[in-house]
Amino acid sequence: MIRKLLTTTALAAFVAVAGVGQAMAGKADDTLVWSTDREVTVVDPYFNNTRELVIIGNTVWDGLLFRNLKTGDYEPLLAESYEWIDNTTLEFKLREGVTFHDGSTFDADDVVYTVNFVADKDHGVLTQANVDWMDHAEKVDQYTVRIKLKEPFPAALAYLAQAVFIMPEGHYDGAPETAEGKKNYGAVEPVGTGPYKVTNVVPGERIEMARNDDYFKASPKGMPAIGKLTFRTITEMNTQMAELLTGGIDWIWDVPKEQAEQLSEHPDVTVENAKTMRISYIAFDVNGTSGDEQFTDKKVREAVAHAINRQSIVDNLVGPASVVLNAACHPDQFGCTQDVPAWDYDPEKAKALLKEAGYENGFETDIYAYRQREYTEAVIGDLAAVGIKANLKFMQYRALRDLVWKGETPLHHMTWGSNSIPDASASTGHFFSGGRDDPAKDPKVTELLAEAGTITDPDKRKELYKEALSIISGELYWLPMFSYAKYYAFSSDLDFTPTPDEIPRFYTAKWN
Amino acid sequence: MLVYALKRLGVAGLVALTVSFLSFSLIYVSGDPAFALAGETATEADIENIRRVYGFDRPIVVQYLDWLGSALTGDFGHSNYLNTDVASVIFDRLPVTMTLGACALAFALALAIPLGVLAAMRPNTLLDRFALTVAVIGQALPSFWFALIMIFWLGITWRLLPITGTASWLNFIMPSVALGYYITPAVMRLTRAGMMEVLSSDYIRTARAKGLKPVRVLFKHALRNAIIPVVALSAVQFGFMLGGSIVIETIFAINGLGFLAWESIQRGDLPMMQAIVLVLACFYIVLTFVADLLNAFLDPRIRVS
Repeated sequence: MIRKLLTTTALAAFVAVAGVGQAMAGKADDTLVWSTDREVTVVDPYFNNTRELVIIGNTVWDGLLFRNLKTGDYEPLLAESYEWIDNTTLEFKLREGVTFHDGSTFDADDVVYTVNFVADKDHGVLTQANVDWMDHAEKVDQYTVRIKLKEPFPAALAYLAQAVFIMPEGHYDGAPETAEGKKNYGAVEPVGTGPYKVTNVVPGERIEMARNDDYFKASPKGMPAIGKLTFRTITEMNTQMAELLTGGIDWIWDVPKEQAEQLSEHPDVTVENAKTMRISYIAFDVNGTSGDEQFTDKKVREAVAHAINRQSIVDNLVGPASVVLNAACHPDQFGCTQDVPAWDYDPEKAKALLKEAGYENGFETDIYAYRQREYTEAVIGDLAAVGIKANLKFMQYRALRDLVWKGETPLHHMTWGSNSIPDASASTGHFFSGGRDDPAKDPKVTELLAEAGTITDPDKRKELYKEALSIISGELYWLPMFSYAKYYAFSSDLDFTPTPDEIPRFYTAKWN
Repeated sequence: MLVYALKRLGVAGLVALTVSFLSFSLIYVSGDPAFALAGETATEADIENIRRVYGFDRPIVVQYLDWLGSALTGDFGHSNYLNTDVASVIFDRLPVTMTLGACALAFALALAIPLGVLAAMRPNTLLDRFALTVAVIGQALPSFWFALIMIFWLGITWRLLPITGTASWLNFIMPSVALGYYITPAVMRLTRAGMMEVLSSDYIRTARAKGLKPVRVLFKHALRNAIIPVVALSAVQFGFMLGGSIVIETIFAINGLGFLAWESIQRGDLPMMQAIVLVLACFYIVLTFVADLLNAFLDPRIRVS
């Protein structure tokens, strides 16, 4: 009896898993399989804020605008043209003849529906910053629409090009309800107008997409060359590399430097190091709220800045596409200038400054970090060389950010990706506007950034950012460290070009 | 017997509840779940809004009791992160982990029991030492390292087996071996010790003296008695493998329950963690019962008592 029971259970279990199909990868199957370490179940860019959904969002959906990475200009995508009516009103003429993946026709009603839905806080869009600058949208006629802003917001075009995807009218209306009676918007079947359409979702394991053969010809994204696209979750980097070497997958990223160098020796694999919009910084407890008073003294902050060999970290750990930063923003962002006070590597000067500040024998402090432990360890080594013993407190991001908000970290080494928004308001504007992330709460900086974040004159904005960035670096509220660079590894069969905003454009990839 | 069983079930249920409350509180201690949900680049406004919309602003005890009330009616709530029904995710993942656990256990038993029997039959010989070496290596070898070595040789170099996923039974070979090898030493040693004790007992000598065939003595008389503690151990090990397959599931990209538990802790997905803890706790309870039943089947004396 027991034998029979065991046999039946084993058989049932096998049948249960046998149904999971394994898509083939590679040129022969015209299927580009890409993999990351993150599990994705919700296929909706508004209700999943992982990088994976930013990528899939740009692949399956279109926004009104498109950012040309070569020129930096905002070109029409679902819009045909746009103009600022006043500081808080944008008018779009929409493209005719575009259809959604379900066959319905795109027009002003879809834009009005999407904007009004996502701008409503109660719908719980995860990244409010992407949408909360919009007040509502109004239909002017069938192919003309106006988006009303809450207040002047110069980065509007950047968000429209990258984070505001258009859903068909009524898209979320049929969302199923959860047991608590809340609408489960993330469970709605994905429908967009983009170059690929979602064909199959195996929760947590894979998302399969196929080329949208009806994609509109005039799109600046272009008609994809590759027929099928599959996203797979493989959390273990070694396993990702093993699959890449055996042809199970075609594309991975975030490969550690040493392993990337090893992979590059393999003839079937192409390795590239490309810059990203993520920046690394060290923030000081300028106000002494953590209990460690040392960093209230600017000389000590200067000593730290002179002690850290940022160029060496870039050269030895991050990769050739990384650069040392002097300003609290990414060089690719509008308004970001590196022409600000800079602190060169000079350990002798650091020692002298410490002596002047009364710390001839150095001191002990804590440094908090959450990402790429080895980078922070390099910093700790440099600090030790001038007499500062920094104890590493390595923790999860959410726990650390909580401590930062409470002002309990004397030094913290963190990173910021700006949601890939190419505007200094998404970095400098975020960190120094007096909020809980602001280590200094300098009223002058806050005032400059408030103005820069709400006026539309580009030259004036640049001036304001430069002044604010000069104060931030000059006073050393932050020590900007370096920009991140990512190692990409992909099949040599694949013609793929990495982009600096960490949004791989698979729709432009081809087979060699 | 029934009263005893019910009492044990009651205690086990209380243990499961305590564990679930403790894990609920601990996840909160490790940071605000609204942070986890909002993601790294979230602003203060994002997090405040998520806290309000998703109900994280309620007192923790209220959140726990709400969850418990629903769980008792079979509703494990809604995953904050996956934005879907918790029960459906768990029952999606469970068969995968069960299959992996069962295959690993089958591998471990198929290797350990014959080795244990052979070692007991020829103690202190080359064969015995070989069996002990297998056991020592199994205990000393970290399973993740063993898994990576197999991937390197069997997956990349010789291309004999698929590396990731669950597409066919071939995909289960490497993970089952990696997971199962870890428990082989304990089973092997227990079988060996049990067999050695049984083989030196009076009734075996009697059986032999009666002129029974050695094979019959070995399997019908000796092994059946020696295997009883192995059954209990296997049940516990199976439970361990269900919860402890996190590393193996991660390496071989198998989306089972172990991996789900790890991910849920990472992202502060409270309802998911709660349900997993409860499901795993219940599994341990059930497995202990199954082990008792199997023991009763193998040893009539237990049935009589």
